[in-house]
Amino acid sequence: MQILDFEREIFALENQIQDLVSLSHMYDSVGDISDEITKLKKKLRHMKHDVFTNLKGWQKTQVARHPDRPYTLDYIERIFTDFQELHGDRHGGYGPSVVGGLAKFDDQSVMIIGHQKGRDTQEKIKRNFGMSQPAGYRKALRLMQLAEKFDVPIITLIDTPGAYPGIDAEEKGQSEAIATNMYSMINMKVPILVTVIGEGGSGGALAIGVGDRILMLEHSVYSVISPEGCASILWNDKKKIEQAADALCMTATDLLRLKVIDEIIREPLGGAHRNYKQAAIGLRKALRLNLKALIQFSPEELVQKRYEKFRSMGVFTNGVG
Amino acid sequence: MSWFDTFIEKTGIGKKVPKAEIIWTECKGCKEQIYIAEIEKNLKVCPNCEYHFRIDAKERISYLINPGTFEEHDQDLTSADPLKFKDQKKYKERLKSTEKKGYSHDALITGSGVLGDHAVELSIFEFNFMGGSMGSVVGEKITRSIERAIEKRNPLLIVSCSGGARMQEGIFSLMQMAKTASALRRLSEHKLPYISILTDPTTGGVSASFAMLGDVILAEPGALIGFAGPRVIEQTIQQKLPEGFQRAEFLLEHGLIDNVVHRKDMKQTVNKLLSLLKNTPIAEAVA
Ligand SMILES: [Zn+2]
Repeated sequence: MQILDFEREIFALENQIQDLVSLSHMYDSVGDISDEITKLKKKLRHMKHDVFTNLKGWQKTQVARHPDRPYTLDYIERIFTDFQELHGDRHGGYGPSVVGGLAKFDDQSVMIIGHQKGRDTQEKIKRNFGMSQPAGYRKALRLMQLAEKFDVPIITLIDTPGAYPGIDAEEKGQSEAIATNMYSMINMKVPILVTVIGEGGSGGALAIGVGDRILMLEHSVYSVISPEGCASILWNDKKKIEQAADALCMTATDLLRLKVIDEIIREPLGGAHRNYKQAAIGLRKALRLNLKALIQFSPEELVQKRYEKFRSMGVFTNGVG
Repeated sequence: MSWFDTFIEKTGIGKKVPKAEIIWTECKGCKEQIYIAEIEKNLKVCPNCEYHFRIDAKERISYLINPGTFEEHDQDLTSADPLKFKDQKKYKERLKSTEKKGYSHDALITGSGVLGDHAVELSIFEFNFMGGSMGSVVGEKITRSIERAIEKRNPLLIVSCSGGARMQEGIFSLMQMAKTASALRRLSEHKLPYISILTDPTTGGVSASFAMLGDVILAEPGALIGFAGPRVIEQTIQQKLPEGFQRAEFLLEHGLIDNVVHRKDMKQTVNKLLSLLKNTPIAEAVA
């Protein structure tokens, strides 16, 4: 497992505890070693808690990008049943950076759509590191339209560095694909529940990000630009990543305070990558509660409320007028 | 003296250097030395190579809207700096120093006016205001312009000229993409035409929202249009970009826009399109 800078102490203590545990298994007469273990475990919990409740923007970004962090398919496997993946945009594109399909959530059919990063090198390349071509967004739109047709609620999971910046992406209309998705999602007559599970990278996130409720996992981030991009453009200095991350207010806590998102979902101590099962339980609970609330609304109410939600986004003053 | 000239005189734009010293300028297209008066006379298009110089919002209005018919709206909206953003400079200070240069409408001017035979609602980007970047004010002004179009049953025109989202407003700038796209959806349900005009440059969050959602999308010759900027793409793919990549003509060839239209023909073209869409008679010529 990759150890992040601010986790060093935590891992050192974890190793120490592990050593003591194996020691206690080897000898019967190590005396009060179990008391010592209990004490250290308590210390570890406190340490983890202190570190992980005070993460700054750049540290959160590193957790959100952690190579072991659970991805969309990891959550699908643990939260839904009978997942039937559906492929293709029907216009010549496969769109591997976005996965989607029908599944059961408790007894309710849902359409689940999310960005998918790769775990090993081969899959990373196949998934293009979660940076989608237009085909991925068009596939997502097709699946959402299918869901709308059959009155099936939509759940989206956001986890992308951003839309892919490449020659073919431009040729095939990256801008149009993103714009059309927002334009369509605002009017869908079924509930749309959006959760940022890792990286919420700009337009590529928004392409599946217009919904009735916007949730974020505790250590996920959501931003108009990456801290690296922002640092190099506004500071003209790639090293100003931490300042840029803070300035952008990209953490779940920031975005809840700014009223851009509706809810933060707690992650297991140390981040979702430390305990997939517990992370999935947290997400499932939040999805269940929110979906239950959304299903109460008529299609017209949903569309109206969703419109009002996005209509009111933005902060400005009215000068003298 | 037109109101635009009055504006120029009042604000002092372009008057820092005595006039006698800047008679010639190098054309970015053909690299020739061109007599400035010639360019001005020619709607700021190079008479030699047809290069379209970037123009500001006020000039654009004078080229598109019948004289004396433009009425500006929402000019008092200003950014509230919701993130208290500071990079090398405070965002508030950036805003102030831009306003001191004479651009006090944020990066967009909106209003009502008459284009040829049609009353229209108009949004025009001002590139001189922080690169035409879209923050809360731009998004709100566009949305209100769309709502006014619905209320008055007028067609909508947006002339884009922007590098994309305004980073200094973080997530709020991103959300303006969703907000404007949502408002356009309502316009569409009212069956009112929206003509999107793309000028150099139209990139990032502006390109990936309302700019690409026009019922008809027109672009000026040579305009850079794309989601990602060419430099970002070059860095990502580690190779040089092909000649003409992301230019208006390239987008036309790839089926992404309807037409490339010369600046001198833009008003006539939009007028004709609106008459065709609304099934009204087409005027012989538009002043
Ligand atoms: Zn020239």
